[in-house]
Amino acid sequence: MSAATIFFAVLFYAATAILVAGLAYKIADYFRTPAPLKIPTTPAPTTTGGVVLRMLREVALFESLFKSNLWIWAFGILFHGALLLVLLRHLRYFTEPVWFWVGWVQPFGLYAGFAMVAGLAGLWGRRFVVERIRYISTPSDHLMLALLAGIGLSGLAMKFLMHTDIVAVKAFFLGLMRFDVQPLPAHPGLYIHLTLVALLMIIFPFSKLLHAPGVFFSPSRNQADDPREKRHLAPWAAELEKN
Amino acid sequence: MAAAEFTTPELKDFPAIPALQRDAMAESKPYVASDKINTAIGFPGELVPDWEAKAIGHLGELLKKYRSLKVYLDACVHCGACTDKCHYFLGTGDPKNMPVARQDLLRGVYRRHFTLAGKLFPKLVGATDLTREVLDDWYKYYHQCSECRRCSVFCPYGIDTAEITMAGREILDSIGYGQKYSNEIIGKVHKIGNNLGLPGPALADTLQGVEEDVKEDTGVDVKYPMDVKGAEVLLITPSADFFAEPHIDSLIGYGKVFHAAGISWTLSSKASEAGNFGMFIGNYDQLRTIALRIREAALELGVKRIVVGECGHAWRVAYSFWNTLTGIGAGANDPFAVQLQSQLDHRYKQPAHICEVTWDLIQRGALKFDKSANDHRIITFHDSCNVARASRMGDTPGGQFDIPRSIIKAVANNYFEMAPGTTHEATFCCGGGGGVLTDELLELRVKGSMPRMGALKQVVDQHGVNFMATICAICKAQFTKVLPYYKFNRGMVGGVHQLVSTAIRLGSND
Repeated sequence: MSAATIFFAVLFYAATAILVAGLAYKIADYFRTPAPLKIPTTPAPTTTGGVVLRMLREVALFESLFKSNLWIWAFGILFHGALLLVLLRHLRYFTEPVWFWVGWVQPFGLYAGFAMVAGLAGLWGRRFVVERIRYISTPSDHLMLALLAGIGLSGLAMKFLMHTDIVAVKAFFLGLMRFDVQPLPAHPGLYIHLTLVALLMIIFPFSKLLHAPGVFFSPSRNQADDPREKRHLAPWAAELEKN
Repeated sequence: MAAAEFTTPELKDFPAIPALQRDAMAESKPYVASDKINTAIGFPGELVPDWEAKAIGHLGELLKKYRSLKVYLDACVHCGACTDKCHYFLGTGDPKNMPVARQDLLRGVYRRHFTLAGKLFPKLVGATDLTREVLDDWYKYYHQCSECRRCSVFCPYGIDTAEITMAGREILDSIGYGQKYSNEIIGKVHKIGNNLGLPGPALADTLQGVEEDVKEDTGVDVKYPMDVKGAEVLLITPSADFFAEPHIDSLIGYGKVFHAAGISWTLSSKASEAGNFGMFIGNYDQLRTIALRIREAALELGVKRIVVGECGHAWRVAYSFWNTLTGIGAGANDPFAVQLQSQLDHRYKQPAHICEVTWDLIQRGALKFDKSANDHRIITFHDSCNVARASRMGDTPGGQFDIPRSIIKAVANNYFEMAPGTTHEATFCCGGGGGVLTDELLELRVKGSMPRMGALKQVVDQHGVNFMATICAICKAQFTKVLPYYKFNRGMVGGVHQLVSTAIRLGSND
């Protein structure tokens, strides 16, 4: 068992633990914190079913962003859509036998790798070209894009430039899932790819990547417009009525 | 400090996104509240010595009480979608008036003190300590936001800068660094009953004068009653309606509608104010205490219906918050709310907007109009931000847009819409909302009204529009002040019920 294998095994256990525990903590925190007032951005759906549809449109189609700015929308949906396909494609490393639909995704996921990097390039370019966005960009905004682009490019490099032994990679990850560590191929591209992925998992709960769970808890989007019909009262606000 | 000299922006056919002009509005700030004003409403009199620790402590408390604040401070990805959406940014070019930059003033301090990344790598993630400079930026730029929510429409996560501004102002108040204009008004509402400080007898006098004017004008005895027990409707309206121009013409209109429909109604001297500046300063206790006056008045007078006059933020508070704050509404099972809700007549929406009442009567054929009486007017409609993006009218989403327009079209012949993207949910704030309607902020108000003025100019040039109807007391006051800066007649702004008042037929209805 090489030192690198042990390093990456430990790294991925730690990254997974941090990602899951960190996200669970943040989600529980969002869930526990009350929204004392009804503040949906109107016009808003008047029923829970309507809210679910609004949220679906927001998450799947980026509806508000579409109304807002077509360039950001186009690059954003390109990146996120491609990332989804790429992630689905990668499920083949974690399932045996591979689920049938993951097989269907494979060719799309392959091209999606390019689309993902293109989307990131577009989003990154705006941070330099558009003065307003340059003004609001912090170093971490750039580093986040660099990290994601690095993951995409190192992944593409392994597919198109210098192959790695993906059968062994799969054995490594299936092994991790059974707590039975298998050797990881020694391959610089793979090391880079996996390190960046683990880093992304680790910083997820501490960064702006919280927009992913956050959108579901946004009161301006997840509340139904029914304040006259139903009384909405947070626990701390209800306490005020007892005085 | 007198209002500084400034240049009124030029109106262009296609409003361009301005290039950034750093610190263009760094000198713009409202007067700070005095010791007397602050202590009268329970805030520290002046900036407390340990303000930094107190402010961060208070931010921590707000983070536990408001999910909106917590999620919005975490979720922003700096995508930039909001950067060209704020009327104050479009009018001034000051980058700190971009919604995301305005949020970042608070987000930086949040990151520094409440997130691991900000504690470990502040520079990397844009985290900042709460220095005096940052504190002053909060004071300046949280008073260059009208809490209009236009940015929240366009944010992919619905981040509402109004929530951030409210939190910022609430923190400032908690350390004795509050704004004179809003805090003084809140003091008046507690002491006298309305924002303008009109005592009961003066109000009665004004209403008598209104009755005489209407009698002289129409020959009909339309009543403008106050404190009448057992009236069917309690009307809660902004106090500007009692004496300011053009507001009073809408008050006259409400009275004519009730008269023509045969509905008994009353105003309340105790709750002679629909406005609730507690919302502007983001203080839940103030918001609730001010709203409770209306509950008390409704219980005392024994009314069956509560109706709200033409006021934007008041309608937000009434529609969205009253049920929560005071139990005015429906669907409660707790004793506090049931006490009032069992008194109200639930065949009607509680509370109802005066436009809902009027439109309902029009649809039922209870009102008759002579539309030609408005023929001298070529009308457009300005959607007020709080009505458009924070409330509703009627039964379906978007009723807040359709109902006022339907009323206008029922009482007048000449109506034209302003350009899409400047109305409905994308409406531009008048530039004076959210607690900035004060003279020392005139430059901000004039520049912030530029996007609306540009859209108005188009319909003036194309259709000869000479009347911009709106249903908000702040919009009316703000436009009256800023229209002349753009070479418009200040008299071209007015209320929807001013139009109703002009066209309605009183007396026999056959």
